[in-house]
Amino acid sequence: MESLRGKVAIVGAADTQVGIVPELGATQLCIDAVRRVLDDAGIGKDQVDGLVTCNSMAEPYMYHAEAMAEYLQIFPRYCISVGAGGGTTFSILHHVASAIVTGLCDTVVISMADSLRSGLSREQALLMQSATGHAQFEQPYGATVPAYYALIARAHMARYGTTQEQFARIAVACRKHASLNPSAQMRDLITVEDVVNSRMIADPLHLLDCSLVSDGGSAVILTSAERAKDFPHPPVYLLGVGEGHGHEHISQAQSLTTSAAVESGQRAYAMAGLGPADMDFAQLYDCFTPTVLLELEDLGFCEKGEGGAFVESGAIELGGVLPVNTHGGLLSHCHPGNPGSMFALTETVMQLRAQAGERQVAGAEVAMVHGQGGIMSSHTSLILGRENA
Amino acid sequence: MTDHSGKIFPVPTPETAPYWQGCHEHELRLQHCRGCGQYQFYPRIICSGCMGDDLQWVAVSGVGEVLSFTLVRRAVSAAYSSEVPYVVALIQLREGPTMMSNVVECDPESVAVGMPVTVLFEDWSDAVSIPKFRPRLTGGE
Repeated sequence: MESLRGKVAIVGAADTQVGIVPELGATQLCIDAVRRVLDDAGIGKDQVDGLVTCNSMAEPYMYHAEAMAEYLQIFPRYCISVGAGGGTTFSILHHVASAIVTGLCDTVVISMADSLRSGLSREQALLMQSATGHAQFEQPYGATVPAYYALIARAHMARYGTTQEQFARIAVACRKHASLNPSAQMRDLITVEDVVNSRMIADPLHLLDCSLVSDGGSAVILTSAERAKDFPHPPVYLLGVGEGHGHEHISQAQSLTTSAAVESGQRAYAMAGLGPADMDFAQLYDCFTPTVLLELEDLGFCEKGEGGAFVESGAIELGGVLPVNTHGGLLSHCHPGNPGSMFALTETVMQLRAQAGERQVAGAEVAMVHGQGGIMSSHTSLILGRENA
Repeated sequence: MTDHSGKIFPVPTPETAPYWQGCHEHELRLQHCRGCGQYQFYPRIICSGCMGDDLQWVAVSGVGEVLSFTLVRRAVSAAYSSEVPYVVALIQLREGPTMMSNVVECDPESVAVGMPVTVLFEDWSDAVSIPKFRPRLTGGE
């Protein structure tokens, strides 16, 4: 089988304003992200022949990507909207890379946006997200999304002795990074004590173990490695990608403490010919703090069961061996729902272009970017690098 | 009967109706595959073990243990608010399958991973009863 390694690159990356952005609805955020990413890549909309979006919860369309193409008055030959839970945001990037390599399209914009904060009430947002549970066999029990993830956290604590304070270290690290990011929604530094003393939402998850509810949009442009050299910024190459799919509903998970990130990571490492020790930083899906801990283990950055000690050592903070979520992540940068993973991608591009300002990882050349969707259900791992070698 | 209006009621389908009928009769029933011997939950038209379709509904023990749990303190909607903190748990049944449920009739703070539990049924309406679990005293079983 022919490998995608090094065949496709990201040549544009941009975010809209994020956080609380009531002046733009979900549609306008998606379009604003497109406008910004075209500027970043230095091309016009007529050069785009592929468009990928995700549907919005606040302003849903039956056929979202078609609606955005119409709004933009572009007429692509590849046009699709995807479900885009955290994992599918990157699995669609996998598919787009394949589409470019097989000649379906040349220059593809992926733009995702939503306004969960301003476009929905708190109650609407809570209920819509809880609908991820099984309608007959989970939802009647009154479970919330934090509750589903709390089941994972509790299982890890029971099996490996992981503590609430260790989970809290992840929130602290993300906030530290967000404090260095002028775009982030939450920038005031927090401590482990602040996290464990914040309101309990679903034991053992406190308010500050939970990601934000935000407005925002983000977009990237992908093209072939050959064409990528013609753009103003240095290309960021796709060196490896892999997916793993374990379940949809958490009550059907094969394991609560080991996820299909094991498979997605192995597949991505194999394509790239690289391993965990080669990664200069990582962006790991952090809808709740325990997901980062499991992903660190499942992606091979530490042994299974050692995630707590790993984060406690400071390894995931800027200056540590593996800075994680250098923009602040979903915990502190922003989380508008389906588009959430996109900001990890654009941040990775900025880091690999050495444009990340105060939070720049010195000499960053290769990174792991991992997204998961559902309740640790679907996983995609990307390995991105500044050199196509 | 306690007022359960506003809660998220299960809507049985032809595939799941025998399960909910069992609950209505206060009996926990699972599908058992006569081809490979596997019990499965949730109900399916095929056996997820062997893809066979020789499935039989059988009453099961209703006992199991807590695989994991959480205390929900921010209810999913107003209809559940009066019960906070309530325990959402994954129960591994003796027959093998895992199901989500609530652990009730105990101090929520006393629930632990590995706790033995047994099924009971909460009547939400004349037609719908929901399987829940309570701590099971072990030793004298």
